Amino acid sequence: MPFEALLATCLGYVVLMFGVAYAADRAAARGHVRWLDHPLIYTLSLSVYCSAWTFYGAVGYASRSGLEFLTIYLGPTLVFTGAWWGLRRLVRVARMHHVTSVADLISARFGKSNRLAAIVTLIAVIASTPYIALQLQSVRLSFEVFALNAPNGAGRDGLGGTGLWVAAGLAVFTILFGTRNLAADERHHGVVTAIALEAVVKLVAFVALGVFVIWGLADGPLDMLDRISRAGADPELAEGWLLKPDRWTALILVSAAAILTLPRMFQVLVVEAADEERLHVAGWAFPAYLFAMSFFVLPIAVMGRELLPASANPDLYVLTLPAAQGQNLLALLVFLGGFSAATSMVVVCAIAVATMVSNHWLVPVWLALRRIPAGDEADDLRGFVLNARRVAILAVMAAGWVYHEASGGTAALASMGLVAFTGMAQVLPAMLGGLMWRGANRKGAYCGIGAGLVLWMTMIFLPSVGVGGDLPVPAGMDPWTLAVLLSLVLNTLAFIGVSIFGFPDPVERLQGLSFVSAVEPIRHSRMMRGDDRAEPLLAMARRVWGADPALRYFQAEARAQGKSGYLPDLTPSFLTRLERRLAGSIGSATAHAMIDRVAGGVALTVADLLQVADEAQRAKEETQRLEAAQAELTRTARQLREANDKLTALSVQKDAFLSQISHELRTPMTSVRAFSEILKDPTLTEEERGRFAGIIHAEAARLTRLLDDLLDLSVLESGRAQMTVGVANLHDLITRALTAASATRPERGFLIDRDLPTEHLGVITDADRLLQVLINVITNARKYCDADHPVLTIRVRGREGGGAIIDVIDNGSGIDSGRQSLIFQKFARLNDPARAGGAGLGLAICREIMLTLGGGISYLPGQGGAAFRIVLPPRPPTRAGGAEPLSD
Amino acid sequence: MQLDILMIEDEPNIAEAVRFILSREGWQVGLHPDGAGGIEAIRAARPRLVILDLMLPNRSGAEILAELRAADDSTLASTPVLMLTARGQAGEAASGADAMLTKPFDNADLRAQVRRMLA
Amino acid sequence: MPDRPLFLERASFHRRRLGDAARVLPILAALLVLVPVWWIPSQVSYAGGAVWIFGLWAGLILAVRLLHRALLQAEAATARASETPEERRDAL
Repeated sequence: MPFEALLATCLGYVVLMFGVAYAADRAAARGHVRWLDHPLIYTLSLSVYCSAWTFYGAVGYASRSGLEFLTIYLGPTLVFTGAWWGLRRLVRVARMHHVTSVADLISARFGKSNRLAAIVTLIAVIASTPYIALQLQSVRLSFEVFALNAPNGAGRDGLGGTGLWVAAGLAVFTILFGTRNLAADERHHGVVTAIALEAVVKLVAFVALGVFVIWGLADGPLDMLDRISRAGADPELAEGWLLKPDRWTALILVSAAAILTLPRMFQVLVVEAADEERLHVAGWAFPAYLFAMSFFVLPIAVMGRELLPASANPDLYVLTLPAAQGQNLLALLVFLGGFSAATSMVVVCAIAVATMVSNHWLVPVWLALRRIPAGDEADDLRGFVLNARRVAILAVMAAGWVYHEASGGTAALASMGLVAFTGMAQVLPAMLGGLMWRGANRKGAYCGIGAGLVLWMTMIFLPSVGVGGDLPVPAGMDPWTLAVLLSLVLNTLAFIGVSIFGFPDPVERLQGLSFVSAVEPIRHSRMMRGDDRAEPLLAMARRVWGADPALRYFQAEARAQGKSGYLPDLTPSFLTRLERRLAGSIGSATAHAMIDRVAGGVALTVADLLQVADEAQRAKEETQRLEAAQAELTRTARQLREANDKLTALSVQKDAFLSQISHELRTPMTSVRAFSEILKDPTLTEEERGRFAGIIHAEAARLTRLLDDLLDLSVLESGRAQMTVGVANLHDLITRALTAASATRPERGFLIDRDLPTEHLGVITDADRLLQVLINVITNARKYCDADHPVLTIRVRGREGGGAIIDVIDNGSGIDSGRQSLIFQKFARLNDPARAGGAGLGLAICREIMLTLGGGISYLPGQGGAAFRIVLPPRPPTRAGGAEPLSD
Repeated sequence: MQLDILMIEDEPNIAEAVRFILSREGWQVGLHPDGAGGIEAIRAARPRLVILDLMLPNRSGAEILAELRAADDSTLASTPVLMLTARGQAGEAASGADAMLTKPFDNADLRAQVRRMLA
Repeated sequence: MPDRPLFLERASFHRRRLGDAARVLPILAALLVLVPVWWIPSQVSYAGGAVWIFGLWAGLILAVRLLHRALLQAEAATARASETPEERRDAL
C-alpha cells in the first residue's frame, strides 16, 4: 500500500479524534453528560492500560517467554475482581477529597504534605519518560514497516522525524483538550471520549487480526492449539516458555500495583470517574476487555514464528504478518489500532504527569516565591496553573522524545514497560497502608517511598539505561524478580516500621480517620459566624476558578445555610467543602495552605482533634432522619431570625425615614424662606438680589426633585408603576447611560472597559426605566470610586433561556461587607452621610425598578471594587409587582 | 480679629443666608462647613457664640456639643451654643445647647435670638 | 405487620453474605492463578496452560458479573425493606 495513503489515513484518523474530543467537550459544556458518563465509556477509557506495549509488545513477549505475558493482564484482573469492596472505596475516598492524582492522594492522606507529593511526582516523571519514549518508538517502527514495504521506498527519508511529529501533535491535542479549564473536578470529557473510541479501534483491530490468524491462516481453534503444542515442544523455545513461579508471582504483583498507581491509570480509574457506581460494570467489563486483547496474542506469536523469516522482529509480528499475507487493509487497521494504543497512552499519561508537576512542583514554588500576596492583588492564579500545566505537558512530551532519540530505540519493548510498572509500584505500600491503616503516618510514607525510590533507581532503572551492572544474585534466582521483591519488601518494612514508632500530627490523624473510615473530613476552624473573612475567601476562589463559578459556588453555599447573598458563614463544613473543591483544581496541599493564609491558619491541637472526633462520633450515632430534620430546623430558624431582624430593622427604618424626609424637606425650605425674606430688604444691590433669587430657584428645584423621587419610589413600591415595554439594544442603552453620567464629576478621567460585541443583545423591557437604573449605577461609580486611575468595567451576558446580566464594576475600594446589605435602603448614603448630591434614594429606586421589571440588582462582593449586578428576565412580568425577585 | 460667631453648617445656601443676616447686624461671622474638625475650629476661633447644625457630615452637631462641654478650658466649655435643627429630631440630641432654632426659621427670630445670647 | 422485621433481617443477611463472597473472590482467584504455576509449572506452560488460564479467566469474568448483579439486587431489596410504609407513601 502506498506510503502516502497510509499517511493520509493516519492524518484523517487524527482529525477524527480532534473532532470527537471537541464534540464531547461541547456536549459536556452544554450539560449533556448523560451518555458521556456512561459506565461503558468509563470502562473503555480504562483501556489506556493497553498501550503500544500491549499492542505490539505482547506478541513479542509471548514469542520469547510464552504464557508469561499474561501476568500483565492477570494482575489487573485480580484487582478488578475486588472492585466491589476495594476499588469502590478508593474511588469514593478519592472523590470525597477531590484528589487530582496519585501524588495528591498520598499527600492528602499524610497530612497534606506537598513534599511527599513532590517525591511521588519525581517517581512518576522518571518512570513515565521511557514509557512515553516507548510509545513514540512503536509509532516510528510501525511507520517503518510500511515504508519498507512501499514499492518505491518513498517516505523512508522523512521517517527520522516521525517521533518528533507524533510528540508535537500529541502535545497539541493534550494541551487543547487537557487544559481547557480548571474545574473543581479534574475531568476531561473530550479526552476520555476520544480514548474510548480509540479503545474500540484497538480492540477491533486486534480481534480482526486474531480471527484472521485462527480461521484464515490456521484451521480453527483446535488446529491452533496443536500448533501451540508443537511450538512449545520445540527445544529452542521450551526453555524460555517454561513458567518460572517466582517471576510469575512478582509480575502479577507488579501489574496489580500498576493498575492502581500508574499516573495514567489513576487518572482514568479515579480522577475521571464521576462516582464509584460505574465500577459495577467496569468490574467485569474491564477484565473482559483484557481477556479479548490477550486471547489472540499466543496464536499470533506462534503463527508469526511459523510463517515469517527468523530475522523478523517479534514485536512487529502484528503488522508484518498481515502485510506478508497481502492483507493490506487488515494491516492498515492494525496500524491504526497500534497508533491508537500509543497515542491514547501518551495523552492520558501527559495529562496525569503534568497535573502532578504543576500542582506539586510549579505552583507551590511559585506561591512560595511570591510571598504573601495581598488579598486584593489581581494576580491570576488560574491562568498560572493552566499555563504551568501546558508547560509541563510540553516538558513531559519533550522528555519522552529526547529519551527516544538518545536511546536510539534499541531496547526491547517489554523491558521499558516493566521499568515504569516497578517504579510506580513503590507508591503502593503507602497508598494501601494509608487507605486501610489509621496508624500509617507521614514519616513512614517518606521512608517507605524513599527507600523504594532509591532501590528501584539503583537496581532497576539505572541498569535499564545501561548505567551500573547487574546485581550479584544467588544461583537459580531471576535478578529482576529479586530486585522487585527486595525493593517492595524493604519499602513496606520501612513504611510500617517508622509508622509504628512515629506519632502523626493532628491534621494527619484527622485525614487518616477520613481516609480509612471513608467519612467526610471536618476542617477545624476557630472562625466565628458572621466573620467577614468570607469575602477574601471568595476573592481567592475567584482567582482559581474565575469570577462566575466562584460566585455561583458561594451563592449556593450561602443558600444552603439559609442565607441570602454571596457570603456564607464560615462554618467548619463550609470551609471543608471549599478546601476540597479547591484541592480539585490545585491539589490538597496547596489548597490547604491557601485557605490557611486567607482565613488565618489555626494550629490544630490534640484537644481540638479529640473534640472533632467526639463530634464525628456523635454525628454518626444520630439517625439520618434526625440529621435532616435538624438541618431543616436550623435553616428555618435562621430564616426566621433573618426575617425578624429585617422586621425590626424595617420599623427602625420607618422612623428614620420620616425623620430623614423631614430633614430633606426642611433644608431647601430654610434657604428659600430666609432668602425670600432678605429679598424684601430694599437696600440690597441689584447683583445681590439676582444671586439670592437664583438660590431660591435652585432650592425650589431641589425640593421638586426630592418630591419626584419620593413619588416615583412610592409608585414603584406599591406596584402601580406603568411600564412601556419594548425591544431595546443593551449596547445603545449603556452608551446613553455613560453619556448621561459623564456629567457627574467630569474632571475624573474614567477608563471605560467594555466588551462591545457581547453588548449587542436585544432585551424586552422598559428601556427608559432600565436606562434610569444604568445611569444611577454608573453615576454612583463616578461619584464614589476612589482609585487614582479609575476604571469602570461593564460586562453583559445573555442568560440561559433569555434575559441578560449586566455587571458594572469599578476599581475603587468598594463597600464593606457589613454595609453591603444597607445600600439599597432609602436614604442610605454611605461615605458621607449628609450630602452626596441626591437624597440617597437612587439605589432604592433602582432596586424597585428592577423588581418591577421582573429582575434584580445586587451588590457583588469580592470583585476588587464596588460591583453591581443587574439581572434582566427574558421579559417583564405581565402584571407589575407580581413577580418573584430574580437572582442569577 | 476675634470672631463674634462661628457657624458650623454644611449646607452652603443656609450658611450664606445666616451669615448675610447676621453680618448686617455688625457681627463677625466665621464658617466651618463640616462636622469633622468642628471642635478644633471652635478652639482656634474662640467665638463668643457657636451656631451648630445638628445634621452634619462625619460628626453630628450633638457630638461636637458634647465635646465642647467636656473641654478642659472652662471658658471654652461654657461658650454659648445655638443649635439649628429640623423638628422631630431635636429633643434629647440638642440637650446641652443654650438655645435652639427649628429650620426653617424666621430671620427676625434668628436676629433676636443671637442678640439675646451675645448680650 | 409481624413478618416485616424478619424480612428486613433476611434481606440484609443475604446482602452481607454476598459481600463476604465479594471479599473471598479475589483471594480465591489469586490462589487459582498462582498455585498451579508453583506446583506443576511444566504442565501449565504450554497449550494446556493456555486452556486452563483462559478458562479460569472467563469463569472469573462471569462470576464477577453475576456477583455484582446479585449485590445490586440485594442492595435494592434491603433499601426497600428498610423503608417504612409511611415513607413509601411519602415518596409517591
